[in-house]
Amino acid sequence: MAAVRRLSPSFSAASLRRILLLRPFSSSSADAADQRVLTVETSLPFISHKIDPPSRSVDTNPNELLSFFRDMSVMRRMEIAADSLYKAKLIRGFCHLYDGQEAVAVGMEAAITKRDGIITAYRDHNIYLGRGGSLFEAFAELMGRRAGCSRGKGGSMHFYKKDAGFYGGHGIVGAQVPLGCGVAFAQKYSKDGNVTFAMYGDGAANQGQLFEALNISALWDLPVILVCENNHYGMGTAEWRAAKSPAYYKRGDYVPGLKVDGMDVFAVKQACKFAKDYALKNGPLILEMDTYRYHGHSMSDPGSTYRTRDEISGVRQERDPIERIRKLILSHELATAAELKDTEKQVRKEVDEAIAQAKESPMPDPSELFTNVYVKGFGVEAFGADRKEVKAFLP
Amino acid sequence: MAAALQTAGTLTASSNLVINSERFRFGSLLRSPAGMKGTILVVKSDGRHTVGFNAGLRGANLIPNAVAAKTEDSAKSTYSKPGHEILLFEALREGLEEEMDRDPRVCVIGEDVGHYGGSYKVTKGLANKYGDLRVLDTPIAENSFTGMGIGAAMTGLRPVVEGMNMGFLLLAFNQISNNCGMLHYTSGGQFTIPIVIRGPGGVGRQLGAEHSQRLESYFQSIPGLQMVACSTPYNSKGLMKAAIRSENPVVLFEHVLLYNLKERIPDEDYICCLEEAEMVRVGEHVTILTYSRMRYHVMQAAKTLVNKGYDPEVVDIRSLKPFDLYTIGNSVKKTHRVLIVEECMRTGGIGASLRAAIIDNFWDYLDAPIMCLSSQDVPTPYAGSLEEQTVVQPAQIVAAVEQLCR
Repeated sequence: MAAVRRLSPSFSAASLRRILLLRPFSSSSADAADQRVLTVETSLPFISHKIDPPSRSVDTNPNELLSFFRDMSVMRRMEIAADSLYKAKLIRGFCHLYDGQEAVAVGMEAAITKRDGIITAYRDHNIYLGRGGSLFEAFAELMGRRAGCSRGKGGSMHFYKKDAGFYGGHGIVGAQVPLGCGVAFAQKYSKDGNVTFAMYGDGAANQGQLFEALNISALWDLPVILVCENNHYGMGTAEWRAAKSPAYYKRGDYVPGLKVDGMDVFAVKQACKFAKDYALKNGPLILEMDTYRYHGHSMSDPGSTYRTRDEISGVRQERDPIERIRKLILSHELATAAELKDTEKQVRKEVDEAIAQAKESPMPDPSELFTNVYVKGFGVEAFGADRKEVKAFLP
Repeated sequence: MAAALQTAGTLTASSNLVINSERFRFGSLLRSPAGMKGTILVVKSDGRHTVGFNAGLRGANLIPNAVAAKTEDSAKSTYSKPGHEILLFEALREGLEEEMDRDPRVCVIGEDVGHYGGSYKVTKGLANKYGDLRVLDTPIAENSFTGMGIGAAMTGLRPVVEGMNMGFLLLAFNQISNNCGMLHYTSGGQFTIPIVIRGPGGVGRQLGAEHSQRLESYFQSIPGLQMVACSTPYNSKGLMKAAIRSENPVVLFEHVLLYNLKERIPDEDYICCLEEAEMVRVGEHVTILTYSRMRYHVMQAAKTLVNKGYDPEVVDIRSLKPFDLYTIGNSVKKTHRVLIVEECMRTGGIGASLRAAIIDNFWDYLDAPIMCLSSQDVPTPYAGSLEEQTVVQPAQIVAAVEQLCR
């Protein structure tokens, strides 16, 4: 269910202004008048390992720019709202927030389709939104309600959306990378021309199973792209204290790699497009997204014991992804500052409404404790351990 | 017991009783292999009802006697074709091959399964027939290729992951426990993991401690996983096929020493129910519950016991998770004494869980405490004499029965 509504078009007197139709989470535009192509240069060049890097110039159009702004604002607002919900004890357990890293989620979505797969670790709220998940379902899941995307049984670390190719949402660090390679294997097996992005962090980059999976993927030419979201801290440990070689894009050795400015949504989009084309022909590729998280590792981590507040505010001032897009929009005169503020207000309202709706929704039924442990057997006589359940021969 | 074949028997005596292919066709996706009539049978393995079946069902493609016990002569049953003799590892391969023919989504992942043919020859010849994309040789990386199998299963493929030895799967324990067992639950039912994880385990011939592990106990508390143990060529093929067709993740425990057992199995397509136990020998005095290799030690002991005048009932439990408490319960209600013989470790093993389950459910029917004979809680030693002492031997079984039935 889409809790995101269409904005009413704002008509302006000036003939130069375009009709702004903001559609959520889509990169296509149906309005022919807004099809003019803008070319944006990424803020930093790509650094590559054993491959020729893509060009720094990225084509975009006004609709895409505005949709990037909106999508990232929704994600940012969602995480801030989750922060307050956690402190109000409506969200329990673990809550890992993604604010600061929105450009990776949005840029990746702009480059791929819903048939490509994404798998990530526990910092998954915004990737779920990017894949088409609704705010209501996300908040319902965080609060453990029946209407949540995993029926309230998964929680913050277990968001899934099968119909959009989002494979989760995993709690154990690094275990999702072999899973992602397996999804890519199935894609190669079915010959459907899709790729899988297996995302992990700088902390997980030191896991052995990653290199095992990379070896097998390179051997079998699987269409998988390993994306390291390097936010420079593995929980409380800085990357230089955890990795002898923090150049994560080079760690694939025989597998080519690309280092991308993860706070620049256009760099991410360009790199993911490039990676998808590469992986379909040549096998795995590593992308290192240089990004930053403003919150601590999770809600129990203040985030300031292992880094200075100056560092955090410095990044926020200089590299914030949403501010970048705002400056771009203003400089291209696609919207006024007031209109962007309006958008943000609307986003805030949306998020608040979704939270209010999620707060009202019911908890799971007690019988749900035992559902979905097994799938009922197919074609065989299947019963419970004491054969009291009725079973059937399924056709 | 609402056995489909039995209810069929009580309905009418018409030819509609014949378990015809229409009733058991599994949807348009799955085409029966060319040349076969397409009859897929679910066979009840309860030997007690053979008489009823034989009477009502003439000319059916039915195998009423699914018991693969050595004491019963399988030629007595009404096979329509003579069947063929086969070794256990060949039966596993036959089952795997038939399933790979039937469903293009089935693939095999493991070390040396392809070009080498499998370390126990279970996958011999499959790589030549199906190619490198369906029979995949992996590097020695259990954690990741088990994870990849699970990831592939999330999209709908049906991989069969082979651990060269079950002990090696300890390296993949995180993937098996957290991802394989739990993904169906934590995703609220969105993803199913129809994976089969199989491999040989158990104590072999002086293979050393790390290659003689009995790990059924380690996996048994993982929710969402089904565990079965095969013991004869008949149930190996049946369980392999049922495991591949099941939507749940299934761990199939084979035993290193049982691969060369020979038996005559039917030519028709058949599967064995995953959650069901097998009645090996009907008796009156004591119920002996066992599985895998210990079944043969028990049958050996049974010969001695019969000579001494006891009448043991032997049940091969086959399904280690969930337990088939129905068959076990009926047996306990009849004999009132239970002996569990297993090769698993004593602490926290299958026997321990089974004992608890029987006590919870059938306490009133027991006349004596449940005895459990398991292998010793030691790493398997190399020396032959010590290794023999690690596992349960027939003499100990005889002594235990004598003590129980005093």
